[in-house]
Amino acid sequence: MVARMLKRIYLYIIFVFLYAPIVVLVVYSFNESKSRGHWGGFTLKWYLELFKDTEISRALYNTLMIAVLSAIIATVIGTAAAIGIHNMGRIKKAIVMNLTYLPVLNPDIVTGVSLMLLFVFTKAITQMGLGFFTMLLAHITFNIPYVILSVLPKLKQLNKHVYEAALDLGATPSYALWKVVIPEIMPGIITGLILAFTLSIDDFVISFFTTGSGVSNLSIYVYSMARRGVNPKINALSTIMFLTVLILLLIVNKRMSKDSSNVKEGAK
Amino acid sequence: MTKTGKFLLMILVVVVFAGVLAGCGGAPKAQLKVYNWGDYIDESVIEEFEEKYNIDVIYDTFATNEEMYVKIKGGGSDYDIAFPSDYMIERMIKEDMLEKINFDNIPNYKYIDDRFKNLAYDPNNEYSVPYMWGTVGIIYNKTMVDEPVDSWQILWDEKYAKQIFMLDSSRDSIGITLKMLGYSLNTRNMDELEQAKQKLIEQKPLVLSYMGDDIKDAMIGGQAALAVVWSGDAVFMKRENPDLEYAIPKEGSNLWFDAMVLLKGSKNKEAAEKFINFLCEPEIAFRNTDYIGYSTPHTEAMKMLDDEILNDSTAYPTDEELERCEVFEALSDVIKEYDRVWTEIKAAN
Amino acid sequence: MKRTWYSYPYIVWMAIFIVVPFLLLLFYSFTVSTDEGIKFTLDHIKRLWDPIYLMVLLRSINLAIICTVICLVIGYPVGLILASKEYSSKKVLALLFVIPMWINFLLRTYAWMTLLEKGGLVYTILEFLHIPNSQLLYTDQAVVLGMVYNFLPFMVLPIYSVLTKLDKSIVEAAEDLGANYITVLRRVIIPLSLPGVISGITMVFMPAVTTFIISRLLGGGHYILVGNLIEQQFMVVGDWNFGSAISFVLMVIILISMGVLRKYDEGHEGGAIW
Repeated sequence: MVARMLKRIYLYIIFVFLYAPIVVLVVYSFNESKSRGHWGGFTLKWYLELFKDTEISRALYNTLMIAVLSAIIATVIGTAAAIGIHNMGRIKKAIVMNLTYLPVLNPDIVTGVSLMLLFVFTKAITQMGLGFFTMLLAHITFNIPYVILSVLPKLKQLNKHVYEAALDLGATPSYALWKVVIPEIMPGIITGLILAFTLSIDDFVISFFTTGSGVSNLSIYVYSMARRGVNPKINALSTIMFLTVLILLLIVNKRMSKDSSNVKEGAK
Repeated sequence: MTKTGKFLLMILVVVVFAGVLAGCGGAPKAQLKVYNWGDYIDESVIEEFEEKYNIDVIYDTFATNEEMYVKIKGGGSDYDIAFPSDYMIERMIKEDMLEKINFDNIPNYKYIDDRFKNLAYDPNNEYSVPYMWGTVGIIYNKTMVDEPVDSWQILWDEKYAKQIFMLDSSRDSIGITLKMLGYSLNTRNMDELEQAKQKLIEQKPLVLSYMGDDIKDAMIGGQAALAVVWSGDAVFMKRENPDLEYAIPKEGSNLWFDAMVLLKGSKNKEAAEKFINFLCEPEIAFRNTDYIGYSTPHTEAMKMLDDEILNDSTAYPTDEELERCEVFEALSDVIKEYDRVWTEIKAAN
Repeated sequence: MKRTWYSYPYIVWMAIFIVVPFLLLLFYSFTVSTDEGIKFTLDHIKRLWDPIYLMVLLRSINLAIICTVICLVIGYPVGLILASKEYSSKKVLALLFVIPMWINFLLRTYAWMTLLEKGGLVYTILEFLHIPNSQLLYTDQAVVLGMVYNFLPFMVLPIYSVLTKLDKSIVEAAEDLGANYITVLRRVIIPLSLPGVISGITMVFMPAVTTFIISRLLGGGHYILVGNLIEQQFMVVGDWNFGSAISFVLMVIILISMGVLRKYDEGHEGGAIW
């Protein structure tokens, strides 16, 4: 009972830590003054300005498209890669893993500039100018290592005998993979997907250098505003995004707990 | 389905998907690509231009001169027009990144104040048309500073220990120190640079923070007594917090410009010149000045401004004050030394 | 389970988007362009062998280690709690740790400044508790706080994912044998979750070494970190060679130290670690 309380209190403290700045941000979306330096009174004008701004909605669209696509693609490639790497010999594994660390390790500026140079260089062959697609490729590239790093621990944990037992019982290797291995490592895959999405949505430097004219994302939009002061309509946008996600989450949560209670009742 | 089949299908889906996306890259159409600082234009002006000349404007933004430079230099973009600052224009001219503007197509150039022509970064007025300008100075909080602020020396006054914001930029911080010492802020003299370094190391314990763009909110919020800022931002800060006042120190300071330039490789020079000319139309220049709040080099736009703004020496300092100011030069040959000095300052305890 | 070919799509991807840029970096690190063309040189690497630059490197690594340790100490219990019986049905809870990171980094950091600065909420609370030096903003503590804030999810999630579905039978068997919770934790749960911990450490430590914007915004920019130094070389000075060389040296140092850490992991795989 005490342990339960402690657990709960601990989680609450962490949530306060994580959400305190978000609350500040939400509050300042109603600030009359353009500066967070002082409170100029309550207003909804930033929300109205936000809805008039077509530039932002385009940037938001690009941001979400890139984040979703790059996270999904990186998760597919990364999960397959992790399974492969897990089964590699020692030396090969070491080489591949050390190379995998590079995008995680390099400062964004190095990754961004070198990918830009690569895309510019290959433009002559591929006829592919910098833009949405190159930005997507860059995002997938820096996302994959995080997926691999999320999936590998689950593979290490996997009980080899379960897979072998499935084979002994006549399952084909791919059947055993889909029905035995994948479900077991699912938490790792989901973690990779979430982290990839998060990294993609928050990236500025690499996006800046790998995109082309006419394709911008929210980070580029926000950072380039910094010299003149970030407009509070970005706070308004963040507030709306945040609330949307939170509401969706609550709905999903409700559904899920309902489902699980249904299952329990059915079992009785 | 076999495992290989399934996997190949997976890959195929990815590739096809990617291909479709690449195909949507955008059909080439007569358009003008403009690269500007974020939030640095009245956006209705762009729409008006598009309607008037039937040209499609692709408008993107950047955050710093350096990012814009690396992006263009690396070939990662195909913009027609950009808005770099003075020293960056000089560097881009030297590196053959800019196209000469045909001023016959910019009749509105006549409205640009003669004081802002023939400047060091573009001595023969071939490459650039000034867009906005300003100075660097000290903003101070009148409730915390009683004495008159007229010298950079006040930033070394121990009375204000931990109440000073400096700029986190090597050129700017070293520049004002050189000015205080009576030297040029474009010095190539290593002795002078060394003296500035000593001064800045001496000042370090007094500095609360070396700031970037966040300096505005912090000064408005009264977090420090004194700060080094750009004049355009000072106008905004004074409006948000009436306790603040701006001064250009008597030793002189930095005078800066953001100007419109035509980039090498521009596919639509004609449209680009139309755009530059359009932004120099009195009415349009006024609207941009009004929206941005920085100082305009446009004589007609100036006339349309409120007297209150015109008479405020923050945005429009006297000729005498301007005399003492210097424009940054690119200093490509000694910039490494500036960086080394800055690193040493930051490494000192 | 010979399925190494599963990684081939990634290896192709890696060859194009990781190895080629890496070769480019190597090229810049070891060459200099003179009037007579491009020549091999070790000057850039040697230049880094200067107390000033070494200090920058050390300071960055030190900060990253502090941040990683704090993330681990705070994050491990979170993973443990989320994976425990009471919370195991509430999978969305884990998501709540990431959602704040979906808000733009700059805005989040500005919000922290509002909280920490003079007159801010944290400042006021500390003042109220009569804690001296309530001004947290522009100090090293603020930098650590900002870094932990931004990297915590990357520690919590991998740990949580290895702890969920952790073979319950092993834990129960240990408990049946009379082990108390602490012993089970020490002898069973922690060793089994080690791969996740290593992943978490990797995902926090590596990027933490090269971040510098948090330090610039929250720490008052009193010193330069290695990410900052590299950025200066690429953007302000235009010395890509030196910038690449710093990156390269940093890479070597960290990969070697991570290699040691992984050896440690492999050497103890499956067994109790202490």
